[in-house]
Amino acid sequence: MTDIQYVAPNTLDEAVGAFAAAGDDARVLAGGTDLLVQMRSGMVEPGLIVDIKQVAELTSVEETADGGFIVGAAVSGAVLEEHPRFGQVWPGVLEALNLIGSTQVQGRASAGGNLCNGSPAADSVPAMYAAGAIVTVQGPNGSRQMPVEEFPVGPGKTNLAPGEMLVSFTLPPRPPASSDAYLRMIPRTEMDIAVVGVGVSLTLEDGVCTAARVGLGAVAPTVLLVDAAAEALIGSTLDDAALDAAAAACSAACNPIDDKRGTIAYRTKVAGVLLKRTATIAADRAKGA
Amino acid sequence: MNEMSNKWIGQSTIRPDGAEKVTGRAEFAADTNMPGMIWGSVLRSPHAHARIVSIDTSKAEAHPGVKAVVTAQDIVDFPVDTPVPLGIQDMRWMCRNIMAREKVLFHGHPLAAVAATSEAIAAEACKLIEMEYEVLPWVIEIEDAIKPDAPILHEYLEHDGKPSNITGTLEHKLGDVEEGFAQADVIIERSFTTRPVHQGYIEPHACLVSVAADGKTTIWSSSQGQFMVRAMTAMLTDMPQSDIRAIPAEIGGGFGGKTIVYLEPVATMLSKKSGRPVKMVMSREDVMRASGPTSGSMSTVKIGATKDGQIVAAEGTFYLQAGALPGSPIRGAAGCGFAPYNIPNVHSVGIDVVSNRSKVAAYRAPGAPIGAFAVESVLDEVAEALNIDPLELRLRHAAREGTKAAHGPTYPLIGFVETIEAAIEHPHYKAPLGKHQGRGVASGFWFNAGGESSAQVNITEDGNVVVTTGHPDIGGSRAAIANVAAELLGIDYRRVSVLIGDTATVGYSNLTGGSRVLFASAMAVTDSAGQVITTLCERAAKIWDIDPDAVTWEDGEARPAGDNAGQFEPLSLADIAAQATQTGGPIGHGAQLNTTGAQGGFATHICDVEVDMDLGIVKVLRYTSFQDVGRAVHPAYVEGQMQGGVAQGIGWALNEEYIFDKDGHVDNPGFLDYRMPVCSDLPMLDAVMIEVPNPAHPQGVRGVGEVPLVPALAAIANAVHNALGLRFSSLPMSPPKVLAALEMPEAAE
Ligand SMILES: Cc1cc2nc3c(=O)[nH]c(=O)nc-3n(C[C@H](O)[C@H](O)[C@H](O)COP(=O)(O)OP(=O)(O)OC[C@H]3O[C@@H](n4cnc5c(N)ncnc54)[C@H](O)[C@@H]3O)c2cc1C
Repeated sequence: MTDIQYVAPNTLDEAVGAFAAAGDDARVLAGGTDLLVQMRSGMVEPGLIVDIKQVAELTSVEETADGGFIVGAAVSGAVLEEHPRFGQVWPGVLEALNLIGSTQVQGRASAGGNLCNGSPAADSVPAMYAAGAIVTVQGPNGSRQMPVEEFPVGPGKTNLAPGEMLVSFTLPPRPPASSDAYLRMIPRTEMDIAVVGVGVSLTLEDGVCTAARVGLGAVAPTVLLVDAAAEALIGSTLDDAALDAAAAACSAACNPIDDKRGTIAYRTKVAGVLLKRTATIAADRAKGA
Repeated sequence: MNEMSNKWIGQSTIRPDGAEKVTGRAEFAADTNMPGMIWGSVLRSPHAHARIVSIDTSKAEAHPGVKAVVTAQDIVDFPVDTPVPLGIQDMRWMCRNIMAREKVLFHGHPLAAVAATSEAIAAEACKLIEMEYEVLPWVIEIEDAIKPDAPILHEYLEHDGKPSNITGTLEHKLGDVEEGFAQADVIIERSFTTRPVHQGYIEPHACLVSVAADGKTTIWSSSQGQFMVRAMTAMLTDMPQSDIRAIPAEIGGGFGGKTIVYLEPVATMLSKKSGRPVKMVMSREDVMRASGPTSGSMSTVKIGATKDGQIVAAEGTFYLQAGALPGSPIRGAAGCGFAPYNIPNVHSVGIDVVSNRSKVAAYRAPGAPIGAFAVESVLDEVAEALNIDPLELRLRHAAREGTKAAHGPTYPLIGFVETIEAAIEHPHYKAPLGKHQGRGVASGFWFNAGGESSAQVNITEDGNVVVTTGHPDIGGSRAAIANVAAELLGIDYRRVSVLIGDTATVGYSNLTGGSRVLFASAMAVTDSAGQVITTLCERAAKIWDIDPDAVTWEDGEARPAGDNAGQFEPLSLADIAAQATQTGGPIGHGAQLNTTGAQGGFATHICDVEVDMDLGIVKVLRYTSFQDVGRAVHPAYVEGQMQGGVAQGIGWALNEEYIFDKDGHVDNPGFLDYRMPVCSDLPMLDAVMIEVPNPAHPQGVRGVGEVPLVPALAAIANAVHNALGLRFSSLPMSPPKVLAALEMPEAAE
């Protein structure tokens, strides 16, 4: 049995330094709601745990001058919920993050952990795709940015290079009449894992959809950005024909597995159903926005 | 007692275990520790079916920190050709279940156990045990297990003269079904399947066992019966029962699943060999792979009726999965299915089938929900075919006092009719339904039970009361017994402490199961309290120097029986207790009874559902259960039992199932993917208690814990049928299955 070292640095540089120095043996701890479960089950046995919750950049929510947001990777759903403006601008991202687990879990679970854990069924990730979030990562060789959809590369696998950690999500400023939404299908009403998850973000101008992004979860090895679905919505009034076309695009994008959580046929059908429901909610919100 | 205006019986008094539980102080088995304690860990089979060629434990034994290793060699072998029944179990199968012998029969089957100075070392040492297997073909589902070329689990068990996975049958017959069906105008015959479901108790199995140098053994464990733990451990480790003291810990749920042992005999042998106290705690994964569940089933039910609405014949065949070793609850399925009805001709057959999955354990009305699902679904179709209201059809045929049931008894006073009448009258039955919504009804029966129970009622020196009974409290028996004792003695219930004794401090009491505990223990307590009252009157008589017959006990005090007896100030319990030493010594009495007179429990349920037509999700919108509860001694607990049964039924009907992978391993051994309902899945579950007191019981008690699960599966399936026009004959009605059926109605089969 190996001992586990635990550090909780106060600065990002210290955190990255400690993390990179320990190599493969280290794990970042944000809320721990994935990590501790994995440690208990023996799936991972880290020698060093780097708790990032003392680092300001990782735990703050900042509204930028242009109306965008920078959300630290370790900000919990409960903290984000308390932000006076975030939920008004990004209700879909917020609802996705706060579908995770229960009240207790939400007090800890972060969007950063959700993304870094690499599950194709992670709830906040399709909403982040839809939002067009840019992620900032930092490692021993400095920091870099990428669109969130380039971050996951496979189940449990991410684009992080050795020693790198996720720092923050940058969400762009919103034009008027824009909003977003997230829905997932689970057989129960809570405490379950998405069989399909759909995030939609859109902008309306005189009732016509002028911009849209669609994120689709749990139907492929990674969360998918479904451009074809977005294209079907853009230029339409979100009439039945457009929603049907977008739904068909979501179903076509699915590359799911048959597993204990859902069959291929079911997931494929449900992806389309949820697209319609999610787009309709986002549009209703945009009209009110 | 039934006629009395009761002060405490019928009150939802504060539960005696409440404060300890909500403040985290209640001691569960896994909370128990001892000086010098070490940890046991179990090596489990990686195969679904294999012959054990050899086990080499030498490396594990040599591992630093390891104190003992146990294999099947250390557990008493009960030869397979001689039945050794113990309760509903047979020790031939128990010994093979707790430690594989000859063969491993399911993935997760225990093979060996190690005790070491830490849990991690014990687990590490398990991996050092070298096993050699001859891997065998395996079979999980009933339909595969009964095929002629199926892999056979137990070559020595024969059916029809050949080795077979059919390991038992049971038959109930009433009248002549052939003649009955000949009179029928409408005959409906359907086949059904249900999946095995786990009891889903929150607390995993756990125990701490200390075998002292002189062999005296103490067991702290989570079980539904400390005497069952003692008896099984004694038999499996070859110890006299008098050497074993089994202490019942607080229990974090059982639902039948803790009526057998898994860990206690193993920990006992580890402790005996190591000379140290040994603690063992199952993981959730172990619980899901290797304990419980109840059976999956495959059944066919045929019901015939005349066109004027008389059911003339009913026939059922119920195949139940036993798991790896014989003993599924075929009696519950074949016996309870038709039991609510007065049908002249009945033939009901139960068939026990083994396969390579964990051995089943009792689960709330074992087998009965399976029987009821099939029977009540077909009844619904019969009602539809005859154009009769489904509750009206049930009412016409409802069993009542004097009805002869196919499984044997002629019913005494029962309250089934009352449950149906109450359902018909209830506003729920007439409430409007919206689009994609449907309503279903179903009824159900459970035997209930009596049996052995012991109690001791002692008066403390300051005139309060301590009652000790012998049954682990899984459903509120302590609170209910406090009410009963307070009522009998005429004192405030807060002056009565109710404790559960261990096997050394209270007389033999059969386990908590079959909805028997309050029925049986209230009888033992009534008997004991009666003796105490007699003694109290005698002591008062002595103090007053009058004849004991001239003293009565009323409102918690001794009073002169009448003017002739003389004028004396009443003596309270405290007054008499204060003088106990001078008047004859400590006051207390016990009773040890084999109780009889338990009578069946009946329930009728109404369920409304709504179906999400695009996602296939069935949502229960409203649920009302009507139950003859005999006497609701503690109504909040009775209501809780009714709600709990329904909640479990909703899980069984809609989502719960084991998923096996291609290697015969359970692929969902945890609560994330084994989908029991969560609170937000359920509406308020309304419970209507109907009291038809059992005349054979001093407080009118019938069992209440099990029947509330029985009708639920069919009530939900009938509601889905009403909503969609589709009848699901196979559970669970999970979203993918429902959506597939909506797109292709044949898929409902
Ligand atoms: C009861 C329960 C219910 C749950 N329900 C859901 C649900 O409904 N939906 C859902 O999507 N998830 C669910 N989860 C999973 C989990 O809560 C989420 O994935 C959560 O977002 C993880 O966030 P965290 O901050 O706790 O991550 P952690 O556990 O701290 O980290 C997760 C992983 O990411 C790594 N990591 C974390 N932060 C960084 C970083 N900044 N840089 C690099 N690596 C990092 C960690 O090393 C670890 O490997 C549930 C978990 C539990 C226990």
